[in-house]
Amino acid sequence: MDGDGERKGEFDGKAAAELVGELRQSFWNGKTRSYDWRTDQLRSLARMLVEKEKDIIDALHEDLGKPEMESFIHEISLAKDGCARTLKELKSWMKPQKVSTSITTFPSSAEIVSEPLGVVLVISAWNYPFLLSLEPVVGAIAAGNAVVLKPSEIAPATSSLLKRLLPGYVDSSSIRVVEGGVPETTALLDQKWDKIIYTGNSKVGRIVMAAAAKHLTPVVLELGGKCPVVVDSKVDLDVATKRIAVGKWGCNNGQACISPDYIITEREFAPKLIEAMKSTLEIFYGKDPMASKDLSRIVNSNHFKRISKLLDSDKVSEKIVHGGQRDEQALKISPTLLLDVPQDSLIMTEEIFGPLLPIITVDDIHQSFDIINSRPKPLAAYLFTKDKKLEEKFVRGVSAGGMSINETVLHITNPGLPFGGVGESGMGAYHGKFSFDTFSHKKAKSRLLKALVNGDIIGIILALIGWPRA
Amino acid sequence: MGTVEERLGEMREAFRSGKTKCEKWRRSQLMALLALVREEEEGIFSALNRDLGKHRAEAFRDEVGVLIKSINFALSSLKQWMAPKSVKVPLVSFPSSATVVPEPLGVVLLFSSWNFPIGLALEPIIGAFSAGNVVALKPSELAPSSAEFLAEAIPRYLDGAAVKVFLGGPSVGSQLLEQRWDKILFTGSPRVGRVVMAAAAEHLTPVILELGGKCPAIVDSIGSSEQKVAAKRLVAGKWGPCCGQACVGIDYILVERQFASTLIDMLRRTVKSLYGDSRNLSRIVNRQHFMRLEGLLKDPSVSASVVHGGRFDSDNLKIEPTILLDPPLDSEIMTEEVFGPLLPIITLEKIGDSIAFVRDRPKPLAIYVFSNDEALKKRVVAETSSGSVTFNDTMIQFAVDTLPFGGVGGSGFGRYHGKFSFDAFSHEKAVMRRQFLLDFPLRYPPWNETKLRFLRDVFHFDYFGLLLVMMGLKK
Repeated sequence: MDGDGERKGEFDGKAAAELVGELRQSFWNGKTRSYDWRTDQLRSLARMLVEKEKDIIDALHEDLGKPEMESFIHEISLAKDGCARTLKELKSWMKPQKVSTSITTFPSSAEIVSEPLGVVLVISAWNYPFLLSLEPVVGAIAAGNAVVLKPSEIAPATSSLLKRLLPGYVDSSSIRVVEGGVPETTALLDQKWDKIIYTGNSKVGRIVMAAAAKHLTPVVLELGGKCPVVVDSKVDLDVATKRIAVGKWGCNNGQACISPDYIITEREFAPKLIEAMKSTLEIFYGKDPMASKDLSRIVNSNHFKRISKLLDSDKVSEKIVHGGQRDEQALKISPTLLLDVPQDSLIMTEEIFGPLLPIITVDDIHQSFDIINSRPKPLAAYLFTKDKKLEEKFVRGVSAGGMSINETVLHITNPGLPFGGVGESGMGAYHGKFSFDTFSHKKAKSRLLKALVNGDIIGIILALIGWPRA
Repeated sequence: MGTVEERLGEMREAFRSGKTKCEKWRRSQLMALLALVREEEEGIFSALNRDLGKHRAEAFRDEVGVLIKSINFALSSLKQWMAPKSVKVPLVSFPSSATVVPEPLGVVLLFSSWNFPIGLALEPIIGAFSAGNVVALKPSELAPSSAEFLAEAIPRYLDGAAVKVFLGGPSVGSQLLEQRWDKILFTGSPRVGRVVMAAAAEHLTPVILELGGKCPAIVDSIGSSEQKVAAKRLVAGKWGPCCGQACVGIDYILVERQFASTLIDMLRRTVKSLYGDSRNLSRIVNRQHFMRLEGLLKDPSVSASVVHGGRFDSDNLKIEPTILLDPPLDSEIMTEEVFGPLLPIITLEKIGDSIAFVRDRPKPLAIYVFSNDEALKKRVVAETSSGSVTFNDTMIQFAVDTLPFGGVGGSGFGRYHGKFSFDAFSHEKAVMRRQFLLDFPLRYPPWNETKLRFLRDVFHFDYFGLLLVMMGLKK
């Protein structure tokens, strides 16, 4: 039944309230709590990822010009892995966790019990529209919640694909998709949720948190930032540039929250780095990257204009050392390198989210840490070096959501590592068990076993600390 | 003293200097906090007595003793908490490793409440310092002696650049909320909790809200030999902590109709024996709350349900332990958090009905169940939601360092105590390290059908492992 105001513009506050009411009722009926229900949903989703692979790849191509390889590796495979791993571990995650107790309090047993929060809202983003919709939904289901998914309207093909596909695979009484833009999202945000997870930019992140404050709803905000890459002179330059390039242009053409945003390197080393990067770019994308099929396009003309603006200020455009080609019709911008743009220019103060890579130089590589720390904390920070001391200084001295050393992006593919930001790059984390935990309430449970009570000794101790007991 | 901005600037400088990062500094601050609590005990007792008429024994049990325990627990666990945790890298991980590195958030803001004004101010500081942060503390102005005590004692014991006390009322609170913090922990009412979270949203500051709620005690029929113990725990759990003015104190009792009179009898006798001398009870914090509580009994149908107590001493702001039997469910005493020495008892047809009763209401910070019926207990755990559930006792979960202390739904979100305090004030940074060896061309563009086909075959068997093949972590 399309009771969700199927046509955009018809999903208003009333429809949102009805939707939440329905899902809450469903939740209170207890269905989503059972292990079997959760695993049924996850198995169905895993099946969907196999059966509808082509549809998903096509939708991603339509929305973003995303190369099939990227769609397969970054969106489908990671989602599949999320499902598989969750299915494997869920039973153990759901078990209460015993904790130790001590003599002064001596409840003889204490446990932490995981329970679902209730009805969860997932607001997804446009750059990995499939993965960033499915991954949180998988976590919410694993924890036993009912879920509403609001995919990004800026990736409309994926949004409508999700709307079309999910009812055929999962339980619509507890899992729903609402399509739409700002009015629909606002209607949803006015409701009382038990948790909200939002992936996107910090401006909207503030709006989401302010709306959540009205209902005292806890939130996870996966935001962005300018992810710096520090490149030391002591590196294997060939491997380093490949890993930087695949994390930058190989991830939705730089339109990824964890993509390298800018490079910091030593002044003397910069020319070598630039040459190596140029040749890597040629290997990856050929002599004419605008013709390469292996690059996502810019998502829409708004973002195209935004990125163009970053290049167009005169202090910046003269710093282009490679690339800079643009095709507004095709929404393409070629991989572009810039050297030493002014640090107060727009390209160095705003998150680029595109195929431009500024390189900032310093006299001594250690100065790079101060530059990074003087800016808002990013979602990810990267360092390329063979120098262990420098590595330690970086890990200890730079704050970011996550870090990779001699690599980019990969830390988010490890399900044992939490994925989330800090400061301006967000709050809360998910992936793997962290997803389960973030969508659960961890209830403290304590009980007193009669048998344990050795009356007198305990009684004396307690009398000493003043509890009036028998 | 300086303005809020100036003092905040000093704190930011202190954090930037990096001194809070080392274990030595954190340990020294925790030891200094321990010294403060031990050496200034008399000062603490007299502040609590002035603010709340709290008896020294209660003050020690609920505030001083708890702090000593918590600080010692933190001191003995600090090294372990601070250590980076290795994480498995799926399949063959050479030469890469993954760790989670805890790091301080920075400058944190703590709002403490008036009912445990020393305990709830210093307990979060234990966590904040353990995690290496710098702290701004805004104690509640409704407990002014305690606030002044903290403002005076803290600079004498702790690092003055790393912890600052801000005295004042709502206007000081507002000024503080205009600034950008790295985390805020707020203990208090849901109304102010909303204000704090809305202010935090402007700066994307994560928050922990420790709020309240109506904590029910579900009292099943228990053997007469156990009734005495249960009655003591119920009475101590209601009036013991700050005369009912506690977020985890019992708010109301649910009992089967047929046992109500037995229960009430036991409670009355126990109240007389434990709190016959009113000096063993804290007073109501101020006139405003006193009048609020008086107001709860104004409704004639509510006052008619009083079966014990009901005397109000407005000169001394004392209210005697008062028990009510079945006040109307839509009366204010049953819709608002009581936060005082009035104890409504609601009778039910069957004790199993208590599940639905609790579920129909906002999620409380704690649910207490006195019962030997395992099935009932299981149902409570599975079918209700609350910050915590405690069986056959009250309040103790507060003092267990290994249990998270926090609410859910209307009772708040986030948690602390023990290691959860350390975690609350830390950012868990994911770190992956690789080397330059073993790079695998399959992971790089230009893409072609061969690479894709290979990956498909390979992903068919083990998705993640083969992702690693492609990423070059496994040949």
